[in-house]
Amino acid sequence: MIALGLEGSANKLGVGLIRHIPSKPAEILSNIRHTFVSPPGEGFLPKDTAKHHRSWVVTLVKRSLKESGVKVKDIDCICYTKGPGMGAPLQSVAIAARTLSLLWGKPLVGVNHCVGHIEMGREITGANNPVVLYVSGGNTQVIAYAEQRYRIFGEALDIAVGNCLDRFARTLNISNDPAPGYNIEQMAKKGKNLVELPYAVKGMDCSFSGILAVVDMMAAQLLSGKPKPLLAPEGELVTREDLCFSLQETVFAMLVEITERAMAHVGSEQVLIVGGVGCNERLQEMMGLMARDRGGSVYATDERFCIDNGIMIAHAGLLAYETGFVTPLEESTCTQRFRTDEVLVKWRD
Amino acid sequence: MGTMEIDPPTPKLLIKQGAEAQVYSTTYLLPHIPALLKHRPSKPYRHPTLDARLTKHRCLSESRLLIRARSLGIPVPAVYFVDESRGEIFMEWITGSSVREVLDEVLAQEDGESVVDRMMVRVGAAVGALHAADIVHGDLTTSNIMVRNGEREEVVGFGEREVVLIDFGLGAVSTQDEDKAVDLYVLERAFSSTHPKAEKLFQDVLKSYEQNYNGAKVVLRRLQDVRMRGRKRSMIG
Repeated sequence: MIALGLEGSANKLGVGLIRHIPSKPAEILSNIRHTFVSPPGEGFLPKDTAKHHRSWVVTLVKRSLKESGVKVKDIDCICYTKGPGMGAPLQSVAIAARTLSLLWGKPLVGVNHCVGHIEMGREITGANNPVVLYVSGGNTQVIAYAEQRYRIFGEALDIAVGNCLDRFARTLNISNDPAPGYNIEQMAKKGKNLVELPYAVKGMDCSFSGILAVVDMMAAQLLSGKPKPLLAPEGELVTREDLCFSLQETVFAMLVEITERAMAHVGSEQVLIVGGVGCNERLQEMMGLMARDRGGSVYATDERFCIDNGIMIAHAGLLAYETGFVTPLEESTCTQRFRTDEVLVKWRD
Repeated sequence: MGTMEIDPPTPKLLIKQGAEAQVYSTTYLLPHIPALLKHRPSKPYRHPTLDARLTKHRCLSESRLLIRARSLGIPVPAVYFVDESRGEIFMEWITGSSVREVLDEVLAQEDGESVVDRMMVRVGAAVGALHAADIVHGDLTTSNIMVRNGEREEVVGFGEREVVLIDFGLGAVSTQDEDKAVDLYVLERAFSSTHPKAEKLFQDVLKSYEQNYNGAKVVLRRLQDVRMRGRKRSMIG
C-alpha cells in the first residue's frame, strides 16, 4: 500500500510517499521539504507561513510523484496533518489534501503530528517500545506507550524547548537559515563558561519561559555592557557563545532528567528522541550518557526524519488506514490543539 | 595515647534505585542505630558546575522540608546528618510497610476495609498537617506513606500504628491551593489504582484531612477542577 503524506503544521512544508509491504520495513519512495525561512530577528508569522505552503504545495507534490515514479492510481490514501500546530498553515495544507482527495478520488486520513514523529522514529531506528522524548519548536513531551495510547508522562508547562532556543536566536540576531536551533548548536560548541540560569523541573514536567527571560536579560547586558560588563564566575567576559552553551547545557539537562524519571517510572531502557530539537548532537550525547548509566540505549534519527516531514505523516496515516481508519471529507478539519494521547493507537498491541 | 577502636563501617545495602537518588540501608554513628541513606549521585550527562549546584540545592531543600515538618510534629523521618556536597542525607530508618503494601494485603481479605479505616484517619491527618504547614509533597502516592510497625505487632492493629510520610525529593514550600490539590489528586489516583475497595477509603482520608486543616475547603474545591482536567492542561500549541 502506498500513502501520500502532507505536513505543514509549522514553517516546513513536507511531502512524502511511503510504501508498506507486510512484514518488511517501510519503503521511503520520496521525502521532500521546503522551509519558510524568516529574516534574522524574526519568527515565522502564521499568515506568511500559510502563504508559503499554498504557493509550494503543488510543486512539491508534482516533484514527489516524479522523483518516485509513483502513479496516482497506485496511491491508496492521502494523509495530512490534522494538528497540533499553527492554524493558518494547517488549514492551507488540509485544503490541499482535500483537493487532491476529490481530484483523484482517494480517501483522506487525518494524522496527529506528534504520533507521526513517534511512529517514524520507531520505524527508522527499530526501537521497539521506547520512552519517547518529543522536542520541537511547538512541543516538549515525554511519552510512553500503554494500552493503545501514547501517554504523556511529562511536558513543558509553558513554552516548548525549541521555542525557547528559537527565541533566543532572535534575541542574538542569529540567522534562521537553515534553522535557528542549528546555529545556536554551532555557537554553543565554541562556548566554555557556564553562567547560572534557572533550572525548572517539577516532577516529570518542566518550564522554559523563566530561563528564556533570564538569558535574554543576560544577552542585553552582554550586548550593551550596561550597567556593567557581563562576567562569568571565574571573572572572564561572557561571550554570545557562552550564553548559547549555558542555555543548551541547562535546558538539555532538564530534558534528560525528566526522561530518566519517566524511564525509571515505566521500567524501560530504551529512549527515542524525535522532533526538530532531537537533531541536536549535544542532546543526543547527554541522553546517551544517561541511557548508558541505566544499561540502555538511545535512538535518534537525522534531520530527514527529526525535522517535520511529509513521510512521517504518510507513515502514521498508513498505519491507521491499514486498521480501517479514514477521515470522511466533512470531518477533514484541522485543529491547533490535538493531544498525543487522544489518538487510539489500534496498530499496536 | 592508645589507639581508638572504631567499628568497621556498616555495609551499605542498596534498597531502591530511583531516577535521581539511590537509597541504602545502613547505620548512623553506632552499629545498632539503623539509618537510611539517600544519595544523589553525580550525573555524567550534566555540566559539573550545574551538577554540583543541583545536588547541593536538592539535598538541602529536602532536608529543610523534613526538619520543618518534623519540628511541627508532622510524622516524617528524623534527619540525622546531611553532607550536601556529597549529596548524602542520613535519616531515621522506618521499620514498617508502605500503605500500598498494607492495602494490597488487607483489602484482599473479606471485610478488610474496617481493619484499615483508622489508618485512613491518620493518613488524612498527616497530609492535612503537612498542608497546613504549607509544605507540598510533590509525589504523594501510597508507596510514599509508611505505616510504622508497632512495638508488639500482634497486639497493635494497623489502625493504631503511626503513619510516616517519606521521600520529600519533589517537595516544596507552597501556599498555592493548586499544588495542594495536585497532592491530593495524585494520592487519590494511587488509591483508585490499588483496589476498587480503596476508593471508598479515600473518602475517609479526605474527611480526616478536612478536620486537620483549616484551609481544606478551598483545596477540596480545587481538587474538583483538577479531577475534571486531569493533572495536565488540555492545551498544546
